[in-house]
Amino acid sequence: MADLKVHNLKKSFDGNDIIKGIDLDIRDREFVVFVGPSGCGKSTLLRLIAGLEEVSSGRIELDGRDITDVSPAKRDLAMVFQTYALYPHMTVRKNMSFALDLAGADKQEVARKIEAAARTLELEPLLERKPRQLSGGQRQRVAIGRAIVRNPKVFLFDEPLSNLDAALRVQMRLELSRLHQELQATMIYVTHDQVEAMTLADKVVVLNGGRIEQVGSPMELYHNPANLFVAGFLGTPKMGFLKGRASRVEASGCEVELDAGCRLFLPVSGTTLNAGDPVTLGIRPEHLNRGSEGNCQLTVKADVSERLGSDTYCHVVTGNGEQLTMRIRGDFTPRYGESLSLTLEAAHCHLFDSNGVAVGQSLQLAA
Amino acid sequence: MLTLKQSRRLNTLVVGLFAWAIALLLFFPIFWMLLTSLKTEIDAFATPPQLIFTPTLENYLQIQDRSGYFKYAWNSVTISFGATALGMLIAIPAAYSMAFYETKRTKGTLLWMLSTKMLPPVGVLVPIYLLAKQFGMLDSRAVLIIIYTLINLPILVWMIYTYFKDIPRDILEAARMDGATLMQEMVRVLLPISKGGLASTMLLSLILCWNEAFWSLNLTSSNAAPLTALIASYSSPEGLFWAKLSAVSTLACAPILIFGWISQKQLVRGLSFGAVK
Amino acid sequence: MATSSAALPKAPVTESAGEPSERKPRRFGPSWFLVSPSVALLLLWMLVPLSMTVYFSVIRYNLLYPGENDFVGLENFHYFLTDAGFMPGIVNTLILVGSVLLISVVLGVLISALLEAADFAGRGIVRVMLVSPFFIMPTVSALVWKNLIYHPVSGILAAVWKFFGAQPVGWLAQHPLASIVIIVSWQWLPFAILILMTAMQSLDQEQKEAARLDGAGPIAIFWHLTLPHLARPIAVVVMIETIFLLSVFAEIFTTTSGGPGYASTNLAYLIYNQALLQFDVGMASAGGLIAVVIANIAAIILVRMLGKNLTEKY
Repeated sequence: MADLKVHNLKKSFDGNDIIKGIDLDIRDREFVVFVGPSGCGKSTLLRLIAGLEEVSSGRIELDGRDITDVSPAKRDLAMVFQTYALYPHMTVRKNMSFALDLAGADKQEVARKIEAAARTLELEPLLERKPRQLSGGQRQRVAIGRAIVRNPKVFLFDEPLSNLDAALRVQMRLELSRLHQELQATMIYVTHDQVEAMTLADKVVVLNGGRIEQVGSPMELYHNPANLFVAGFLGTPKMGFLKGRASRVEASGCEVELDAGCRLFLPVSGTTLNAGDPVTLGIRPEHLNRGSEGNCQLTVKADVSERLGSDTYCHVVTGNGEQLTMRIRGDFTPRYGESLSLTLEAAHCHLFDSNGVAVGQSLQLAA
Repeated sequence: MLTLKQSRRLNTLVVGLFAWAIALLLFFPIFWMLLTSLKTEIDAFATPPQLIFTPTLENYLQIQDRSGYFKYAWNSVTISFGATALGMLIAIPAAYSMAFYETKRTKGTLLWMLSTKMLPPVGVLVPIYLLAKQFGMLDSRAVLIIIYTLINLPILVWMIYTYFKDIPRDILEAARMDGATLMQEMVRVLLPISKGGLASTMLLSLILCWNEAFWSLNLTSSNAAPLTALIASYSSPEGLFWAKLSAVSTLACAPILIFGWISQKQLVRGLSFGAVK
Repeated sequence: MATSSAALPKAPVTESAGEPSERKPRRFGPSWFLVSPSVALLLLWMLVPLSMTVYFSVIRYNLLYPGENDFVGLENFHYFLTDAGFMPGIVNTLILVGSVLLISVVLGVLISALLEAADFAGRGIVRVMLVSPFFIMPTVSALVWKNLIYHPVSGILAAVWKFFGAQPVGWLAQHPLASIVIIVSWQWLPFAILILMTAMQSLDQEQKEAARLDGAGPIAIFWHLTLPHLARPIAVVVMIETIFLLSVFAEIFTTTSGGPGYASTNLAYLIYNQALLQFDVGMASAGGLIAVVIANIAAIILVRMLGKNLTEKY
């Protein structure tokens, strides 16, 4: 069992509030990812949970036990650091056994655990080497191995893949996913890379400026972002935003008049908008279509395009200067400056009020 | 006109000649000391000074009988090692906490420590002399050990601090997560990682203690006198024995000279308070 | 002045939380009890003797006449300042510090630049020879210079002078201060070379190559790239040397004993003379305080100039 609860957690350094009151509930065996731009407090939050930073106020509970004032070693957590933080003067074996040795564990038991972890991580041939004789990926695996042998209640990962090259990162991402399945352990993972967040997480926690913006499964967040920040943060290329005004509000939806020059009816329920309120409409690149078939037709000017072979990301500018990105299947390259027509899929549009908060529930729901 | 290659060669030659000339000039007193130590007293005093002579080891053989060399050398060794060990013991924890638990006051504390080096020894000579006398510690090795520890402490703290600063915090945090106590963190992780830096810090401390010549001259007379004081005693008429003086001096300087040669690169960091690496 | 409280870890600042501020047991900050031995010892080392010096400086206290320890106000200072040795002491101290600094910095820069200018044969040995004098103990270097080099009859310099048909010079008798300046420079020039050479090696080679492509000659490179790069190490050399040069003692003690007259007496030697040769504790203490004041003026100037330089990297 590993249930981690965080209550109204706050942290300030020299009078600057870094974490401004966080409530979080992490359930047993969940893979939770903290994601956000740099400086959002995600690493600090992880270090507070680890006990490496002192909490300013608030409470952390693990399985009902208050661990706020417990020393890091006694929290029953293990951490994998961004820089791996291997002990350079110890062999791989010694690195992995260090914690158990300190705890005075039985030697044979320690050896058995190391063998098991080494087998899982394919580290067996490297056990007698020093960290400097290992490649980046191998060091990463040793760092994970060091966490595994301790059999902790919760694994903490602090941007563990950011020092690896792109190819290795993809491979380690898969290995981490597999490891989570095998170990059936609770894991908390910090990253600034939204692809890691989307692919690894059971639950994503989006942080910004020391606060939680939204918590949910990756698909919930993708399809139902709670606000402009989450909408803009998740998804590549980014969601496009168009300013406008609510022209008619009904129970079944809301009609929006865009500054870019068209009008469309969005089937959003439970809106709190009044007619005339300023709104922002968000639309993802895959929900913009070329052509004139549709209820909101925009004339835009082509900017540059990025051709990936399977898809083309076509950047365009609306008549009033707003930028959108359109994803087109296959290879398509408009000339720079060419005029294009495109339409929006009303069912996939997101609507945000003047405070940036999502209006109602989009009818198109997470799978 | 010279080709590029030729002019580069010429350049190297000229630079080399100049550099060698300066080096020989600066090194000459040391070389001459070594040479004189191998002469007989008569050769040593000859005019004009002789470059060619029959070398003898006689001076070295007589050192112990004439001046009780080993007593002084032993004093130098115990004082230097004692003050170094004590200094490291006090400096390591301080450097550790300043490097890894930096607070707003850390920089101020470091600079303040440095500023204590600015206190001229003559400013406190009288009270230290009287205190030593009061406690019966005049001419004792203990008093020099204590003073050397204190005067070198700022340098040791600074030097170790700069070495610790190079160690990633993560490694110590990992040790903490692994359940290491403060003591285990220092002894089993921090010290093994930084042993190179600590070794050069110790070397610097040894060199400074070995060569210190204000307090050793003022606070010791015979029992606890280290080599600096033994050599100073040659400034009296007894010092007319130049060959023996040279032999004693050579022996007294050789170990430190060798330490210095080995560790000159690392010493720069300590001597410049970490500003030059 | 930093006291042991300097080492206290930052108190958790929670003005917003509205929680009682008693809450934090200090779990993660062992820093104060690790720093405090160093701070406490250095504080003792400064304060105890210094306050004793202050006390002695205002009483009559001569070891030859025990018991007569009356309060005399600033009389000791008056005597010390009007002592025949005071002005020479101050002037000699300044000349000694100033000229050794000048010699070691200027020659140090030139010599280390020379060493970096080309990769000639035996550069490693040259480097070792150049820094060696720094590791020689002060009493040895003083006596080697006094006997083997300066000696008017059998010294090397006498032989050189004779070789050119000149009358040998009694260096320490006729030019005592200049002779001591040379000895001390011989010890400290290697220090400057050691620091500056290392600093020069850290000069970015690409910068030099870029400058060469821009058409800069060796002198322009030295002036516009090397010298600015050396500003910080030179500052360090000046600071460290000043600390040590203000209290040069053994070199004078073993060669001239401050003479003839006061010709080579610096402040350190004058105070030593007053205290341990004439046993006038009161006057020596007054002199000691004046030395402290001078050192502090130098220290304030230097730390202002360089202190930021030293710590900002960390």
